[in-house]
Amino acid sequence: MLVHIPSPLRSYTNGASKVEAEGTSVDEMLDHLDKQFPGIKFRMIDEQSRMRQHIRIFVNKDTVETVKAPLKSADEVRIICALSGG
Amino acid sequence: MAKPQGNHVQLLIGTRKGAFTLTSDPVRSTWKLEGPLYLGHIVYHYMVDPRDASSQIMAMKAGHLGPTVFFSKDGGKTWKESSKPPQFPKAVTHENGKPDPDKNIAEMDADKSGETGKEGGADGKKDGSAVSVVFWLSPGHETQPGVWYAGSAPPGMFITTDGGDTWTPVEGFNKYCQDTDGLHGEGETPGGQLTHSILIDPRDPNHMYVSISVGGTFESHDAGATWKPLNKGVEAEWLPDPEAEHGHDPHFVVMHPADPDRLYQQNHCGIYRMDRKDGKWIRVGNNMPKEIGDIGFPIVTHPHDVNRAWVFPMDGTTVWPRTSPGGRPAVYETTDAGESWHRHDLGLPTEHGYFTVKRQAMCADAQLPMGLYFGTTGGEIWGSLDEGKSFDCIVRHLPEIYSITATLV
Repeated sequence: MLVHIPSPLRSYTNGASKVEAEGTSVDEMLDHLDKQFPGIKFRMIDEQSRMRQHIRIFVNKDTVETVKAPLKSADEVRIICALSGG
Repeated sequence: MAKPQGNHVQLLIGTRKGAFTLTSDPVRSTWKLEGPLYLGHIVYHYMVDPRDASSQIMAMKAGHLGPTVFFSKDGGKTWKESSKPPQFPKAVTHENGKPDPDKNIAEMDADKSGETGKEGGADGKKDGSAVSVVFWLSPGHETQPGVWYAGSAPPGMFITTDGGDTWTPVEGFNKYCQDTDGLHGEGETPGGQLTHSILIDPRDPNHMYVSISVGGTFESHDAGATWKPLNKGVEAEWLPDPEAEHGHDPHFVVMHPADPDRLYQQNHCGIYRMDRKDGKWIRVGNNMPKEIGDIGFPIVTHPHDVNRAWVFPMDGTTVWPRTSPGGRPAVYETTDAGESWHRHDLGLPTEHGYFTVKRQAMCADAQLPMGLYFGTTGGEIWGSLDEGKSFDCIVRHLPEIYSITATLV
């Protein structure tokens, strides 16, 4: 599936704004991303599997609340660094 | 491995927007600023390994992203991110208190079931903590190359034995914090509840001190397995029990390099000294001028003279402005272990100088005479080449300065 990478995380993807990843859940997709780009997952997801405060993940047009959210291969994922003011 | 050496003093500067280096000529009359490294990242602490000049380490995070550590093995030319940054263990959520690989604390948060295991909590705190900030870095003992300790917010302590690549929790300390009321909170760093001043006894790698802002100072004799509070004599106006064992607010604690049994502390409630055999802190800040007070964040000791130390007082009256009292910044020096203090403000602004200096943003070099440096939240670095008697502004217009450490190149 196609995954959109926000600019703060592109240092991990060699500048790429879109990458391919696999998985049947958001967690699996992030694990696959982390195998390709080591360290990227921990900047978004803490050690208790919670999304960090300013990270949002959209599957197609819907935001997901948990990394357990299911994914299909045709889904498009957008990782967003949420605006927090300032 | 070679220890840092050379005749150029170099300041490693962590700021709210990246890291910089400032390198002097051999007589420290001119300085060259280089950087930024990791522009836009919050660099809480940036250090060179005192055991190995080629090793550097940096604790950072970005506004939107989680905390991490970067390290260099070639003197800062290239950097690598920790493959396993400091992080707490995954929460235990199974009803019998054992880890359940199919559940985690996030799920408990999501379903709001309220049914938790023995240790895991749906509130996401008890054993469910996540490192928010890697705030502090300390090198391990001289005999333990590659060992570093990290302090975090919420309060936690972590160790690496490979120079910063992989980190594991110091379980004894983290469990002590989890099991002790009031030691596992969190606040907005660098002013909230966090671990700092990790001090390793140069005579014994198993003997260490650690401090927590809004927590107190703690001591271990078994490499961090067990801890005891070391706060006797420290005032804490918000604690109804004057003999409370913890809950105090050390801002910065230092072990004197010439005598590891001499400790100094800049606390939310004053300046203290302890000779370890006495086991009690003495508020030597009471000897400061009353109109200045003894509130501040950093405290710096002389590299050789156990009785000399410098502080940077800030206004701790009314609503706690935390700026130079009266808008007239000054460093205060003691030459008699805090029994008396002397004002030094030559070269500093004489009016409307509302400086704030954070706890890691003041340091000394090891030259003769000693150089003393401090960085402000306004992005200025001031230096003294006469052991704190007079100051010049070395650099202006940097981002908010979080930390300065001195080394040689």
